Order: sequence, then structure tokens, then C-alpha cells
Amino acid sequence: MHLEAEIALVAGLTAVTIVTRAMFLFPHKAWNLPSRLRLALRYAPAAALAAVVAPELLLTTDLGPSWVKLGAAVVASGYYLWRRGILGTIVSGMAVYWILIGLRAWLG
Amino acid sequence: MLPPRLRQLLADPDFREGFRDMRAVGLGISAWGLVTGVAMVKSGLSTWLALVISLTVYAGSAQLAALPLIAAGAPLALVLGAAFCVNLRFVVFSAQMRPYLERLSLFKRVAYGYLIGDVNLVIMLRRHPVALGTPEQTRYFLGGGTVNWLFWQVPSIAGIFLANLFPDSWGVGFAGTLALLAIVLGLMANRAVAGVIVLASALSTALFWLPVKLNLVLAIALALVVGMSWDAWSQRRTGLAM
Repeated sequence: MHLEAEIALVAGLTAVTIVTRAMFLFPHKAWNLPSRLRLALRYAPAAALAAVVAPELLLTTDLGPSWVKLGAAVVASGYYLWRRGILGTIVSGMAVYWILIGLRAWLG
Repeated sequence: MLPPRLRQLLADPDFREGFRDMRAVGLGISAWGLVTGVAMVKSGLSTWLALVISLTVYAGSAQLAALPLIAAGAPLALVLGAAFCVNLRFVVFSAQMRPYLERLSLFKRVAYGYLIGDVNLVIMLRRHPVALGTPEQTRYFLGGGTVNWLFWQVPSIAGIFLANLFPDSWGVGFAGTLALLAIVLGLMANRAVAGVIVLASALSTALFWLPVKLNLVLAIALALVVGMSWDAWSQRRTGLAM
């Protein structure tokens, strides 16, 4: 990546962070978010993150075949829904991932 | 020797309470930070670029979501658009935090806004469910926000510098995917959001063959249109304002 592209990337991402995090903190006077817009704002992050995560789980990539990643994701999701902790989600998912990767290598 | 105002803050009971409450859940944030730091360098960012992004952007899910796009050479507008969508949840957070922070100066409001995270917001709303905007509440938030920042940045920076010690075969990048999976599940507040998640997942996967990650744009746009139409439809059907 060229230096100009790197600077543009950092400046752009920093602007995104500041604008979204402080959107309602900038104005001096309070204004209310219409409740319908508030609902719509709930969808955007869920859609964006799902669109990033799903192909990584459902398709075979550099990180492994889909069945290995799906198996790990099922266990990790189960852990998250049970305990709501990010650490345990990562640890349980990676444990299953490594076991299945090992199993695949062992089976040839 | 610390400046007196900082020493006073560190000794403040409300600041310390926020600090303690966040520290109890800090390990998960640290694991996520470490994974993000390693994943940034593994995806091809230079050490200094990863370092600057970690310190300025300070948004793990947006950083992780942007990585595959940057690696694929997607146009800047697409990278920023994806990061913006992922970060839109912070817009809701900033609206929730406003009544707590509105007595502060503009500079402080924006600085405190930078400290809002997924976890410290939950801790704040649990400890102070009613916003009074008192100095006690803002200092409690500052304590939690400081821990959130430290517990994220220290492992993230360590991950950036130590990334090459993790062999590619360990698949550390997959740990980043798992962290994003946890955030997706956490956002699944009702059936409408679940429907949007399923639709965006299916579209993004089915359109994966498109160049420069255009599958993301189409999946997000179509899922949003369907979600918002669903809202409009169910609102008309029940006749209730939502």
C-alpha cells in the first residue's frame, strides 16, 4: 500500500469512529432519534457483521474447510448464548477448530 | 510524579468503582484485542499502520470487518462504508450516553464518546440506570472507559508486534471471526434482527464471487431494505407507533 493510501485509510477510519461514536454528543442541544430510525440503526451493524462473518464460515477459505469452521462456530455460538462472554466464545470455538483441523490432518 | 489532577482522579471513589467493575470483565476484551492486533498484521498491514489504526480507530469489529476488504484491494469508499455500517451501533450508544454527558464541554463530550464501547456501555447502564449527568456518574463512566481502553490497547499493540510469532497454521484470523460472531449474536434482540442477519448472511455468501467484495454492499443494502420494509409493514398492521 502507498503512503498516500495508508494516510487516507487511517484518516477515513478515524473520521468514521469519531462521527459515529459522538453523533449525539456533538450538538449542544439535545435532539431525539426518531424511534423508527433507532430500529433501523439496529439492523445495519447486524447486517454488516453477518455479511462479513457468514462467507468466512460457510465457504472453504485459507483458514480451513467449511465443515471445520461451522463445527467450531456452532460450539462457540452455543457458549455465547449460554454465558454471554467473548473470551469463552473465542476459546471454545478455537478449541473445536484446532481439534477438527487435527482430525482432518490425521485422517489424511 | 503524576500531575495532581490525575492523582486526584485516580483516587476518586467513583472513578475507582468504574475501574473495578470493568476490570472484572476485562479479560474477554483483552482476548479480542489481542486477536484483532494479530489479525491486522496477518492480513498484510504494516506494523506502523496497524498500530496507528489500533490507537485512532479503536473499534475492534469495524477493524476486523475492514481487514478482508483492505486485503482484497477494495476501493476506499467500500472499506469506509463497511466500517461505518458496523459502527452505526455506536450512534445508538451515543444517543444513550448523551443525558449522562451533556453537561460536559464539547471537547470532553467527544473525548468521552471515543471511550464508548460495547461492554463499558452495558456496565454503565447497569450501575446508573437513571441518567442524572452528575460528576459522580461521568467519573464512573471515565473509570470504566479507561479500563476498556487499556485492556483493549495493550493486548492489541502486543498482538501487532508479536504477530509473526503466531504461525499461520494456528488460524488466529479465525478467532477474529469468532469474536465478530459473538457481537452478531449479541445484536440479535428480536426476530426482525434475526431475519436481517440470516438474509445478509445468505446474500453475502451467494454473491461471494463478485469482485472487490461487492457482495457485502449488496447484502447489507438488501437486508436493510427488507428489515425497514418489515418495520413499516408491521407498524401499519398493528397500527401502533414503534
